[in-house]
Amino acid sequence: MQTRFEGRVWTFGDDISTDHIIAGKYLGTTDPKVFAEHAFEAVDPTWAKNVRPGDMIVAGANFGCGSSREQAPVALKTLGISAILANSFARIFFRNAINLGFPVIECAGLRDLVKSGDVIELDLSDGEVRLASGGILRFTPLPPNVLEILEAGGLVPKLRKELQTRPTG
Amino acid sequence: MAMFIGGPAPVHPPISMTGQTMSEKILARASHVESVRPGQIVDGDVDLLYMHEMLALALLPFNEIGTMKVWDPEKIVVTLDHWVPPPTPEIAKMHQTIRDFCRKQGIRRFHDVGDHGIVHQLIAERGYAHPWDLVIGSDSHTNMVGAVGASAAGIGATDTAAVMAKGQLWLRVPETMRVDIHGTLGERTGAKDVILKVIGTTGDDAARYAAVEFTGPTVKAFPMNERFVLCNMTTEMGAKVGMIEADPVTKEYLAHAGHRFEPIRSDEDATFVKTFAFDVDGMGPQVACPSNPANLKPVEDVEGTKIDVAFLGSCTNARIEDLRIAAELLRGEKVAPGVRFQITPASQIIYRQALKEGLVEVFMDAGATFTSSTCGPCFGGHMGTLAGDEVCISSTNRNYPGRMGSPTAQVYLASPWTVTASAIHGEITDPRKA
Ligand code: SF4
Repeated sequence: MQTRFEGRVWTFGDDISTDHIIAGKYLGTTDPKVFAEHAFEAVDPTWAKNVRPGDMIVAGANFGCGSSREQAPVALKTLGISAILANSFARIFFRNAINLGFPVIECAGLRDLVKSGDVIELDLSDGEVRLASGGILRFTPLPPNVLEILEAGGLVPKLRKELQTRPTG
Repeated sequence: MAMFIGGPAPVHPPISMTGQTMSEKILARASHVESVRPGQIVDGDVDLLYMHEMLALALLPFNEIGTMKVWDPEKIVVTLDHWVPPPTPEIAKMHQTIRDFCRKQGIRRFHDVGDHGIVHQLIAERGYAHPWDLVIGSDSHTNMVGAVGASAAGIGATDTAAVMAKGQLWLRVPETMRVDIHGTLGERTGAKDVILKVIGTTGDDAARYAAVEFTGPTVKAFPMNERFVLCNMTTEMGAKVGMIEADPVTKEYLAHAGHRFEPIRSDEDATFVKTFAFDVDGMGPQVACPSNPANLKPVEDVEGTKIDVAFLGSCTNARIEDLRIAAELLRGEKVAPGVRFQITPASQIIYRQALKEGLVEVFMDAGATFTSSTCGPCFGGHMGTLAGDEVCISSTNRNYPGRMGSPTAQVYLASPWTVTASAIHGEITDPRKA
């Protein structure tokens, strides 16, 4: 699993809901490209066009609150966002992202230290973020059971592996 | 006056782990251990998995996992609710996929269009969830079902696929937060006003990852329809589950389901991470203003705000009791000119009951629109979305930007009383004066 990421930052505030990320009117399909194309449209209609693969999101508290729609993390992952760092996450969004093998990191305080366009480095195994200024911020690494899912590349690959190694009968 | 008299209660030192909260008891039973403590990760056996159209999205990971068969078709309930009836060929196709899957998998409790309802309401009214059950739903408002004394949590598509395959889900045992409510509410004020007050006071992420348990004489006195409203909107506090102890009121509500009733409550010496106490004596109607459910104002502060749309619907407030409130206010009145008032019952059962009681005629006489049950307008999907800068007062649970359609539309959340009174007057109205 990739544990080091370097990327350009997009910042967001507190209480970014799944309605902000992908509006209900686009959910009548299972095509991830549709979700990606309309990501954050309600906030900035040009956003999805300007995102580059490898970019990161840095947000305030309660990122991903609202519905259980997995289309929200799917949209961001499909655009190539490499990781989301927030002061805190809403629980279903957090689970959904991890299940997709999409790194989401609680890193309290980071939001106030970066601005959109900064380039930061994230090291998942050391639990560190290196800021554009060179400063380093530490975060509590993900719990082992969550890391295990990320390392497998998501919940589906993890379950597939478990099923294959399970004795039959 | 309502007063926030709570604040974090002293946390009991975790020396002897004797007492358990309801949520802990259920997770201990579901994972076959004597007791659990908050923070622990458990693999819980799921008693009930329910799904709506999210099933279509969950089929992609389900097929990839490769078990082929669901773990137990008797423990699964499926209905269609978000897009009923299907507004586009693509969604009609999605429904077909779900229909075929349920038939092939032998899922008997598939409630197709015609027999449908907003899934949380359907689960509640058909008696599919019981005290002590670990209930998992493919929707964030699964919390509502916890009002029967179940531990009911919402999940996304990949988790749903995992439960379909294994019948198990990993869960972090949540801390339990108690919300204690006492006092007698003012006129034309109900559980919706109470929960808006709670969210507005504690914040929209005050209960992140936690179980919320409602206690106190006001809660005990609430009938089930009001208890569902409280638990429903614990989602807007960030909670994993919302719960109320299963008592005689619960027992009576579930009597028709013919399932063994086993009461559940938290132990006297259980540990609550926080207790919020609310005195709601004489409290009046509350409104959550655009664009966050925690943006609270008493109705007096927003009275006179012009509206374009009033919506009475959703899993939060579209039960028969809510429709009766609307009819009571609408009888002999008219919806204000230029305002569209849409009433969408939460299920077909409620639809039929409204017909039987003559409520639909009252709605039509007043110039309101009465539709088949669907989530439609609540999530801005179809059948009543908002345009441009339209202002809407809604009995639903969320008002984030774009939630009900246009990203610049303004949504106020309120009770059925306030929504209906506002529809009649064309502006946000205190229902006590209507
Ligand atoms: S009515 Fe609204 S909140 Fe309830 S399940 Fe449907 S979309 Fe979700």
